[in-house]
Amino acid sequence: MDLFNAIIQVLDSTIRLSVPLLLACLAGLYSERAGIFDIGLEGKMLVGAFAGAASASVFHSAYIGLGMAILISVAFALIHGFASITHRGNQIVSGVAINFIAAGSTIMLGQAWFQQGGRTPALASDERFGAIIWPGADAVRSVPILGPIYSELISGHSVLVYVAFLAVPFTWWVLFRTRFGLRMRAVGENPAAVDTAGISVAWLRYRALICTGVLTGIAGAYLSMVQNGGFVKDMTAGKGYIALAALIFAKWKPVNAMFACLLFGFLDALSIRLQGTPLPLIGKVPVQLMQALPYILTVILLAGFIGKAIPPRAGGVPYVKER
Amino acid sequence: MAQAAIELIGINKSFGAVRANRDINLEIARGTIHGIVGENGAGKSTLMSILYGFYQADSGEIRVGGQPASIKSPNDAIALGIGMVHQHFMLVDNFTVLENVILGAESDALLKKSIAKARSELERLEREYGLEVDPDAIIEELPVGLQQRVEILKALYRGAEILILDEPTGVLTPAEADHLFRILRQLKEQGKTIVLITHKLREIMAITDTVSVMRQGTMVATRETTKTTVGELAELMVGRRVLLRVEKGEAEAVGVKLAVRNLTVKDSRGVTMVDNVSFDVRAGEIVGIAGVAGNGQSEMLEAISGIRRAVSGSVMLDGKPIDLTGAADPGELRDRGLAHVPEDRHHVGLVLAFEENENSILGYHDDPRYVKGPFLDIDAIRDDARDKISKYDIRPADCRLKTANFSGGNQQKIVLAREMEQDPGVLIVGQPTRGVDVGAIEFIHKRLIAMRDQGKAVLVVSVELDEIRSLSDRILVMFAGRIVGERGPEATEGELGLLMAGVEHREAAE
Repeated sequence: MDLFNAIIQVLDSTIRLSVPLLLACLAGLYSERAGIFDIGLEGKMLVGAFAGAASASVFHSAYIGLGMAILISVAFALIHGFASITHRGNQIVSGVAINFIAAGSTIMLGQAWFQQGGRTPALASDERFGAIIWPGADAVRSVPILGPIYSELISGHSVLVYVAFLAVPFTWWVLFRTRFGLRMRAVGENPAAVDTAGISVAWLRYRALICTGVLTGIAGAYLSMVQNGGFVKDMTAGKGYIALAALIFAKWKPVNAMFACLLFGFLDALSIRLQGTPLPLIGKVPVQLMQALPYILTVILLAGFIGKAIPPRAGGVPYVKER
Repeated sequence: MAQAAIELIGINKSFGAVRANRDINLEIARGTIHGIVGENGAGKSTLMSILYGFYQADSGEIRVGGQPASIKSPNDAIALGIGMVHQHFMLVDNFTVLENVILGAESDALLKKSIAKARSELERLEREYGLEVDPDAIIEELPVGLQQRVEILKALYRGAEILILDEPTGVLTPAEADHLFRILRQLKEQGKTIVLITHKLREIMAITDTVSVMRQGTMVATRETTKTTVGELAELMVGRRVLLRVEKGEAEAVGVKLAVRNLTVKDSRGVTMVDNVSFDVRAGEIVGIAGVAGNGQSEMLEAISGIRRAVSGSVMLDGKPIDLTGAADPGELRDRGLAHVPEDRHHVGLVLAFEENENSILGYHDDPRYVKGPFLDIDAIRDDARDKISKYDIRPADCRLKTANFSGGNQQKIVLAREMEQDPGVLIVGQPTRGVDVGAIEFIHKRLIAMRDQGKAVLVVSVELDEIRSLSDRILVMFAGRIVGERGPEATEGELGLLMAGVEHREAAE
């Protein structure tokens, strides 16, 4: 039973840890499917996290916080669009610049506004997104096997967790069942085909980037208003890059993206759980090795276990009308 | 004359200092096939892009069906019933046929309804015009001819009454081109108007009702096709009489210069492409290799010039053998006097992003003429490039210009100048005039014959039978990786055609 409880706990934290990855990964999916590489997921999450926590603590409302997180994150996505769509700049450079601006400005503004060394004030419980307890969760807790699964794994998460997982089928539906999705996929593969069909390439790509901004905004809000009770500098800690790796794993498909992010979340949860625990046969494993595990796995999987991942063909290339 | 479907009146368009279209007047009659011919860069594509709303004219008027029209984007053109099949297909390769057809013309925000509607409409169009294609096939899995059919369907699905085709046969096999022409005739019978842009005069004669000729941005003439000749059109295109056959004297061939022995080459899939081929090229003669593309000519050229490793075989250069099965090295062959003008100048012959003068020494950059100690002698290189530019009439005459900015014909001249001016004993040329306009073809042919008359051994591979017949002193025909016959330059097209189709070869085998 101990083992069972341990497994449930690891799976529970797998879900919690994979949510920001999943949101960022889907965010990247929108932009890359439209042909815009977005290495700036990290930065957009970070500004979202800061804007969310800062305005939640000022206005004492989690929902205003979420709204601001989305707003600022979308604004940063539009900056990326302005540089790389309108002015046909290099998308990698623009994305890296956004990451730097995000890292610097959040600390600077945080210090200027709250004087807590770049942190935002700790959020009170009504300024955060609390857990939603599903009906009957407490009642069935004692039922063996199914009880803990329902009450721990399914019930008891914040609303943003459910938003993240519902975004998966929703994204799939948008991508493969709507006109917008068809055009977005087309513009990532061959923008000239879209242009000659009489559709604006730029406007289509901007709309995809707005979707990206909304999702990174929610991811940021999750980090600072659910996982943590406030903003801490550099709290995204590379999640934007892991999300990009997951996107490649997933071959730019939404359902695959969910499994890829759950896998990374699971490794993360496992490494936390196993810290300091001696393993059979191996003995005590250094913490650093456990923490490096997700990254090692990324390299191994990308090196050949997932088959050939073909990115959208027009990815990274600004669209210039042929002379 | 039927009512005009399109009238262009006084169209002008400049790109920077280049006047791509000057005072163009053109009237295209409804229900006809109207050809527009001209050399590369004559302004045909620009004019059609203006009609399709890709560019806006600087001045001038467009009338569609007699009404003045303002075409500011492809959307406007589509609304006016103008459809365009681009030279490079505007298809999304990993989409299905249906998805490509509805892209931009979806009837509903949800795909299910749009696709259902398109499917029945597509079936109707396919029946009506004989344009069969599986609506659920993925584009990249279709042959080029079918991809082009999808482009035509796309235009018809959008209600096109006027169909513009830009160099439609450039990527097609002869059989596919014939099929395309049948489709175009059928479209014409149904009352559609077709504008065909091409630089292949034979197609113009075969299918059009009327033909307009463009030269250097102006419209120089419009003729009824039945009342003109290929010779007249060619002359109008280049502005002077063209020698469709270059004059040359008898070959004075002496000793064997290049001997290819027992050459066998496999491609990357392991299929034998060249099968135990041996032949000689003597000093002072041009040997032409004729054959339908894909019968091993490309692989043979690559092996002889050291780019591709052969399974067996060797070449003798001036009597000294070089093994081609080892790590044959193009540099070594070059040092021993074998110059090579590759078939694909964009991928093998040139670095398009380099300046002209850099490309004009590519591969010879270690030559003492171009280096000073460990450094390139930039002044010497540029002087040398200017020399070649004036000698080969390369335009524009600017050795600092990026190579990508030269037209196809001039790019080919850059490669030819580089290889010929090294004074090689043996010159191997693949597709000497592919994508080259009429004026430059004549120049290139004359140059090749001059090389011959200087006593060089010249080997030419071309899929253009006319070219092989007018250049060669001896013609070798390749079929399925073997040389199946040798003929003199007096051989008829029909005779060579049978050899190229492998007819006699098969009979001999039986």
